[in-house]
Amino acid sequence: MDTLFLAKLQFGMTSVFHFFFVPLTLGLSIFTAILETAWVRTGKEKYRQLTRFWGHLFLINFAVGVVTGIVMEFQFGMNWSQYSRFVGDIFGVPLAIEALLAFFIESTFLGIWVFGWDRLPKKLHAAAIWIVALGSNLSALWILVANSFMQAPTGFRMSADGARAEMTDFGALLFNPHVWKQFPHVLAGGIVTAAFLVIAISVWHLARGTKDREAFITSMKFGTVYAFIGTILVTLAGHTQMQHLMTTQPMKVAAAEALWETENPASFSLFTVGDEENLKDVFSIRLPGMLSFLAYNSFEGEVRGIKELQKEYEETYGPGNYIPSVITAYWSFRFMVGAGTLMLLVSILGLVKIIRENYDFSPFMKRLFFWSFLLPWIANSTGWILAEMGRQPWIVFGLLKTEQGVSPASVVSSGELMVSIVSFFLVYLMLAATDLFLMRKYAMAGIDHSE
Amino acid sequence: MELQTLWFILITVLFTGFFFLEGFDFGVGILLPFMSREDIERRTIINTIGPFWDGNEVWLITAGGAMFAAFPEWYATLFSGFYLALLLMLVAMIFRGVAFEFRSKHSDPRWRSFWDWSIFAGSAIPALLWGVALANFIRGVPIDADMNYAGGFFNLLNPYALACGLTSLSIFTLHGAVFLTLKTTDALQERAVKTAKLAWVPAVLLSFIFMVYTNYETDLYSHLGINPGIIPVFSVIALVSVIFLLQKNASGWAFAMTGIAIAFSTITIFMGLYPRVLVSSLDPAWSLTIYNASSSEYTLGIMSIVALLFVPLVLVYQGWSYWVFRQRVSTGGKLEY
Repeated sequence: MDTLFLAKLQFGMTSVFHFFFVPLTLGLSIFTAILETAWVRTGKEKYRQLTRFWGHLFLINFAVGVVTGIVMEFQFGMNWSQYSRFVGDIFGVPLAIEALLAFFIESTFLGIWVFGWDRLPKKLHAAAIWIVALGSNLSALWILVANSFMQAPTGFRMSADGARAEMTDFGALLFNPHVWKQFPHVLAGGIVTAAFLVIAISVWHLARGTKDREAFITSMKFGTVYAFIGTILVTLAGHTQMQHLMTTQPMKVAAAEALWETENPASFSLFTVGDEENLKDVFSIRLPGMLSFLAYNSFEGEVRGIKELQKEYEETYGPGNYIPSVITAYWSFRFMVGAGTLMLLVSILGLVKIIRENYDFSPFMKRLFFWSFLLPWIANSTGWILAEMGRQPWIVFGLLKTEQGVSPASVVSSGELMVSIVSFFLVYLMLAATDLFLMRKYAMAGIDHSE
Repeated sequence: MELQTLWFILITVLFTGFFFLEGFDFGVGILLPFMSREDIERRTIINTIGPFWDGNEVWLITAGGAMFAAFPEWYATLFSGFYLALLLMLVAMIFRGVAFEFRSKHSDPRWRSFWDWSIFAGSAIPALLWGVALANFIRGVPIDADMNYAGGFFNLLNPYALACGLTSLSIFTLHGAVFLTLKTTDALQERAVKTAKLAWVPAVLLSFIFMVYTNYETDLYSHLGINPGIIPVFSVIALVSVIFLLQKNASGWAFAMTGIAIAFSTITIFMGLYPRVLVSSLDPAWSLTIYNASSSEYTLGIMSIVALLFVPLVLVYQGWSYWVFRQRVSTGGKLEY
């Protein structure tokens, strides 16, 4: 089989899997830190217990996030050596800084936090988990600085021989507008991922009658407020990000909307079955003017379609197919937005519950609150699928195509790639099963009074 | 100093830090199944490195990131070329990384035994493979005119590289045993002292074999010159002295000496490489050097500022964490892992 396909398959598999765990730990680190701060300030035992409880779940997932992250760092060189040569001068920098600034902080202070319960003064111990949370979220920032260069290259020039891109302006790389649209979105994505899991587990305990009712009510309250704030933030951030993409990657937007022709005012597709061969709709229900509104906050404004952009790109970059998989972009966008909308509804429902101080759950409500924990996972994964697949055929937008980035088949053969894909698949399956087993065990066990 | 040389030094420092620090937690992981009689002892042994191992591993992650940023061609050639070896290393690191977190979270003996052996394999495999990798850096691997690796997995497993791998494995085991003499109490400590004395023998023997072998397989000695300076000499003296320090129960000094032996031999190998980073066995002109593999001056400049600002900070807080957990870990105390 062709190595490009296998390398893409492995990247998709390992990055989506990695990102099952990362957002949860981003959000849960902050959540645990908030609880421990509440304990330090009030001295109430329930906050200490909750810190321990959520801390355990954080640690289980953190471990998986770390080990699957190392795979990502190695994978650029292993499977994408041509890409690494092309972009190392720029892309390597945020990666190195991520390790130096974020990973060292996270790992060292996490060690201090886990083992320091009896050795450190309370305030210092709480500071340690805040530093871990800071480190985790800083690492997200740096990896997004790297990713943003792939999405919207800036602050560079091509080397004299054209073999690589070279950094000319570190400030431009760091203050790439794309970073500051994407980072809040990812940060808020982490918050909602943790928040909905907190709600799910708290409701599960409350609905079946736990002896730690008060603690789980507190947990539910904190989780719901956290979820509501997170959902509002993630929606607003996503909205501004999409508006920004209108200027930097209009093709991604057009594909996400299955908008074949340029329209003014542009309609928003509610449900489309498309024909990608002939670039037209088979069937479509559309809201007139709505896409223009989403793009420009006005019911007028031109949104360029796939056909026009394809023509424009051919003029700029030469002959070729510049259209990503429309069905993937279209449906990943709809799943992400759909999940986000449901999250908003559930978090409002949760707010109503806690305002009324009603912690009894009908079987339907229990199920609804419980299974909502899956929504952020769906949104996180489909969001990244849109971000990465919607950029195709580019690996670095406008500069390098994905097929040019893969390691030469003479160095990394399809056989070697098969070995690594199968290895990672099996190992990741084992990790997922183990993680779920332990999560379930610790979540169901509830608060440990022996600690 | 030119920036390429500065970055060669910084990457040497990162690898040295990694081998020095992760070296002892590799060693502890390797000894785990053999030095313990019951679960509480295994937990105690794991807890001696509990707060540190993850931070130690970040030295490698940072070295990898720095290599990518400062010498992208080195990173690209090495990681794509040493493909299956790195895959094996990654799988080992995955099992090891989660094992520390997972093992104590469930009490079934089979569960614990599985993760204990994961810690063992996850420590032993990288400990061996890093020796293999370093030996191949300096011995040379088939690299073509386009900087692409032209060999296979088994080119890497030549006898010389395996000798180096066994050497690193044995030295890390010794380093771990000596670390345990410092961090444990009572019966476990006595056992650690005995183990360290035992581990010293293969470490020294293999080191000498490796040193002689190096003369035939690489240009390291001619590269270092008639007067190699104190660093290579000191690494040998330090390693030999360990047994005498152990006899005198000077654990702290013994640990300093295994540390020096590891650090100085790493530095020696990098000195032997300089200014090359990967030697081509096909044509010396095709070797990767700090010049043909490096990033632009601008990038190296930015990275230098970042490193000079933040590496000292890392050293301070990582040092502080070692200070916080300076006490010995005993089987009677509270154990997290």
